[in-house]
Amino acid sequence: MTDLSTPNALELHHLSVAYRVGGRNRAVLRDLSLTIRPGEAYGLVGESGCGKSTVALSVVRYLPRNGVITAGEIALVGHNVMKLDNESLRRMRAESVSMVYQDPGKALNPSIRIGRQMTEIFELRGISDQAAVDQAISMLNRVRISDPIRVMQRYPHQLSGGMQQRVGIAMALASDPTMLILDEPTTGLDATVEAEVLDLIAKLRQELSASILFISHNLAVVSRMCDRVGVLYAGMLVEEGTTAEVFNNPRHPYTVALLRCLPRGGQRKDQIRLDTIPGFLPAPGATITGCPFADRCALADSRCHNELPPLHDLGGRLSRCHYHERAQDLPRTTPGSIAAAPAAHGREPVLRIKDLNKTYAAHGHALRAVNDVSLDLMPGQTLGLVGESGSGKTTFARLLLGLVPADSGGSMQLDGQPLASKLESRSADQVKAMQIVFQNPDSALNRAHSIRHIMGRALRTLAGLKGAAQQKRLIELVRSVRLTERHLSVKPRQLSGGLKQRVAIARAFAGDPRIVVCDEPTSALDVSVQAAILNLLADLQTKEHVSYIFISHDLAVVRYLSDHIAVLYLGRIMEIGPSERVFSGPHHPYTEALLSAVPKLDETEPSRVRLDGEIPSAVNPPSGCVFHTRCPRKIGAICEEQEPPLFDSEPEHRIRCHIPFEELARLQKKQEVIPA
Amino acid sequence: MGARAILSFLLKRIALSIVTLFLLSIMVFLGGQVLPGNVGRAILGPLADQRAVDALNHSLGLDRPLLVQYWDWISHFVQGDMGTSYIFRAPVAPFVIDALGNSMKLALVAFIMVVPLGILGGIIAALNVNRPIDRIISLGGLSATVLPEFVTGIIFILLFGVWLNWLPIAAVWPPGSGVFTQIYYLILPALPLFLVLFGYIARMARSGMIEALDADYTRTAVLKGLPWHTVIWRHVLRNALLPTITVIATQTGYLIGGLVVVETLFRYQGIGSLIFTAARGKDFPVLEAGILTIGIIYAVATLIADLLYSVLNPRIRLGTDQ
Repeated sequence: MTDLSTPNALELHHLSVAYRVGGRNRAVLRDLSLTIRPGEAYGLVGESGCGKSTVALSVVRYLPRNGVITAGEIALVGHNVMKLDNESLRRMRAESVSMVYQDPGKALNPSIRIGRQMTEIFELRGISDQAAVDQAISMLNRVRISDPIRVMQRYPHQLSGGMQQRVGIAMALASDPTMLILDEPTTGLDATVEAEVLDLIAKLRQELSASILFISHNLAVVSRMCDRVGVLYAGMLVEEGTTAEVFNNPRHPYTVALLRCLPRGGQRKDQIRLDTIPGFLPAPGATITGCPFADRCALADSRCHNELPPLHDLGGRLSRCHYHERAQDLPRTTPGSIAAAPAAHGREPVLRIKDLNKTYAAHGHALRAVNDVSLDLMPGQTLGLVGESGSGKTTFARLLLGLVPADSGGSMQLDGQPLASKLESRSADQVKAMQIVFQNPDSALNRAHSIRHIMGRALRTLAGLKGAAQQKRLIELVRSVRLTERHLSVKPRQLSGGLKQRVAIARAFAGDPRIVVCDEPTSALDVSVQAAILNLLADLQTKEHVSYIFISHDLAVVRYLSDHIAVLYLGRIMEIGPSERVFSGPHHPYTEALLSAVPKLDETEPSRVRLDGEIPSAVNPPSGCVFHTRCPRKIGAICEEQEPPLFDSEPEHRIRCHIPFEELARLQKKQEVIPA
Repeated sequence: MGARAILSFLLKRIALSIVTLFLLSIMVFLGGQVLPGNVGRAILGPLADQRAVDALNHSLGLDRPLLVQYWDWISHFVQGDMGTSYIFRAPVAPFVIDALGNSMKLALVAFIMVVPLGILGGIIAALNVNRPIDRIISLGGLSATVLPEFVTGIIFILLFGVWLNWLPIAAVWPPGSGVFTQIYYLILPALPLFLVLFGYIARMARSGMIEALDADYTRTAVLKGLPWHTVIWRHVLRNALLPTITVIATQTGYLIGGLVVVETLFRYQGIGSLIFTAARGKDFPVLEAGILTIGIIYAVATLIADLLYSVLNPRIRLGTDQ
C-alpha cells in the first residue's frame, strides 16, 4: 500500500461484505484480498451468487441499502475508498473509476438524448457546451460509432443493444478513468455483437492506460480479455493466477470442475457426457468452517471439512486448496460413458416441413419472419437452430407448435400425417406430440401449485393418467429428470433455476412427446447446471427416442446436442446439414462468421472473420443474397442481384451461397474453427 | 412510427371515446326518459288528472316511439341544443354551461393546491423511505383519501368557517367579485377535494420516485460522479413523474364530475349541484344533459392524459426506427 511509484489501481485487503436480511448479516464476500496493477486487466469469474458484482459495487461504494462492509479495506489508486466523505467520493467516481454495466438498455436514461448523457460527463470537468459536444463526438468516434452526431440526437431505445453498449463504454471512458470496471458487459448480446464489443475493448485497452476489472461468468470471454484471473466461490477467492495458467493448468478442484462442465473441442452427445458439479453453492451467510467447496468436492477429506485452507502461494499464483497439487485428479462426478447407442431409427422423418412462411404485418409493411423454410427432422435426433436474434428461430419454433399460424401454401407433416398450422385444428394426439421447454422455467410452471400438482395435471391432460397409474408414472418421471420425491411437495419458487428447468422438462415429457422444442433451455443457467441439463436432455433422448428442435445462441451447446444444424438469417435457411459437416466446414460465410465470433478457451490466435453492423430489418431485406450487406466473402454484383438457391454441396449438406463449394473449401481451409 | 403513430393512436382513442359516449347517451336516455315510466305522471304527481298527464306527455313528445325520441334528443344535443328544462321552461344549455364554468373554477383551485403539494409530498417521502416523514406523508395521505368529502367538508366548515371564522362557509361570492375574492371563497370547498387527491398523487409520485431511484440509469448517473441534485433533477424526476402526470390528468374527470357532494355542501352552483337539483325536481332534460356533459369531460380528460403520456415519453413519441 505504501508503494511510492505508481500506486496499484485497486487493492482489496481482507474485504468482507454482508447483506442485512431479516435483522441478520449474511456474508457475501469473505476476507477477499486482491490487487490489480496499473494497466492490468484482471478477470473475476464464478457462478451466480458467488459475489462478483458485490465486489464491483463495493469498490464504487454503491452497495444496496442493506449492504455493509463488515471488515477490510478498499484502496483505489492509493485512496482508501471507505474513508472518503461524500464530496471526495463523488470526485473519485467522476475522475478515477468508471463502470460498464450488463444491461446497456437499462443503464442509459430512457428520457434523455445520448448526446446530453455524454456531454454532462465533460461538463463535470468544467468543459463548456460546444467543447463538450466536440469531445463527446470524438469519444463516440473512438468507440467506432460511425455517425456520432446522429447518434447523439437519439434516445437509447432507438439504438440496438450493441450500439447502446458502445455508448456505455464511451461514457465510461469519457472521464479517462484509472480503473475501469466491466460487469458482464457482453452478457445478453448476440455472439457477433459480443465479438465486436470485445474487439473494441481489447483495442481501447491498447490506446488507454486504464486498468480493468472484468467480471464475467463466461470463462472464454475472460480468457480472451484478461491477463490474470481470480476464481470466486462463496465470496472467497479460491484460485488466482495468469489466465493461461488458471485455465490450462487449474490448481483448485472448483476451477477444474467448472472447466469440465463446458462442452469443448467439439464434444458431442454420442461421445461423452459432460461432467457436473454436485450440490449447491453455500447460501449467503452460511457458516463455513472448512473449505467452502468441500461439500461438493470428490477430493475432500475430513481436513477439508474442518480446516479452511489458506491461499497457498504456488509461485506467482494462488490456490485455496489443501491438496492443490492433486486438484486435477478430481474424479468425474458424472461418468463420461453413455448408454449404448440406440438401434438405428426408422428413416421416415417424424416431422417434414415444406415451404413454410410466416408474414407479419408491421406498421403497414409486410415482415417476412420465416421465408420458405423446408426441412426434415428424423426420429430420435436433434435439429439445432442457430442465428442472431432477429433471424427467425423463435418464430419458426412457434409455427411448429401452432402458437402462431403459418402463411397458407406451405405444409407440415407429423409422422406422415398433415399437421394443421393452427393449434385448434390439430388432433389431440398431435398437440400432445409436440412440447416445449422455455428459457425461463417460471413461465411454464404455475407458481401457485406444488410440483406434484403441476406434474399430476400434466400427466392427466397429456397422458390421460389417473389415480395409481398417474402416481406411478409421476415417480418415474420425476426420477428420470433426477429429482427426488421430496421435491414433489414444494412450490416452484423454492427450487433453484436448474431444478425448475428439470421440472419443466419432466412436464414436457409427461405425454411421451415425439418432438420437444427447446428454446434456449440453458441460457439462464450457470455452466455446472447447464451441463447437468444437457446430459439430461441427451439421456432422455436415448431412452425415449424423442426428437429435439434445439435453439441456442451458444454454438458449443448446440454442437454438443445436435445431429443436424440449420443456420437461419432473416428467416431463411442459409445452411443446413449434419452437425459435424456444418461445424467443420466448408460452411456458409455467415456460419463461418458466427463460429469465429465465439470466444474460445482453447484459442491460440484471435479469429479472423468479423461481421460489421447489425442484422438488417426483415421489413426491408437486402436484395439478392440477404447476407451480402455484411458478407466478408462477397464476390460481386451477383450477390446483390440474385438470391442464391439452397444448393446441395455434398450429401445432405446444403448451402445458400453463390461461391462454389470447392472455392469455399479453399477459402476456409486454414481456419479450423472449434467452438469452446 | 413517431408523429404518425401518435396521430393514429389519437384517432383510435377518439373513435373509442365516441363509442363510449354513445353508450353513455343511451344509458342516460333510458335512465331519464324510460325508467321513470310515465314522465308526465312523475312530474305532475299521483293526484293529477290522467288527461293532464297525457297532455303533458304529448307536449313533451314523450308519446312518440323511443327511437324517434332518442334520435331527436341526441341529434339536437350534438348541435348544442340540450332541450328545454321542464322546471324553468327555458333552454338547458346555458344552465349547463354556467354550471360547468363554475365547476371548472373549483376544480382549478383544487388542482393548483394539490398538484404541486402532492408531487412534493411524494418526492419527500421517496427520498426518506421508511423514515418518519415518509410514514406521515404516506399514511396521512392514505387516511385522508378514504375519508368521504362530506365528512372532511363538514369538519372544515366547522373548523375554518364556524370556529376560526377564517373562510366563508358558502361558496357564494357577492356578484361582481374579482378573481381573488372568488378564489378566497373557493378555498374551503377545495380542501376536501385536496384531501381526496393528495394521498393519491403523493403515492404515485412516491412509487415513481422509488422506482427511478433504484433504476440502473440512476446508478449510472451517480457513478458518473454527478452531484446529487443533478442526479435527482435531470435523471430521476423526469422518469419518476411520467406516470404521475397521467394520473393527474385522469383525475380532472373526477374533479369536475365528482363534485355533487362538495358543491351541494357548500351551496356552489356547479354542475354537480345542478344535476342534484335536476334529479330532485325530476327535470330530466337538465339531468340528462348534465350527466352526458360530465361524460364528455371524462372522455376528453382521459384522452389528454394518454396524449400527454405519449408526448412526454420518447419511447412512445419516437418509437423505434431500427
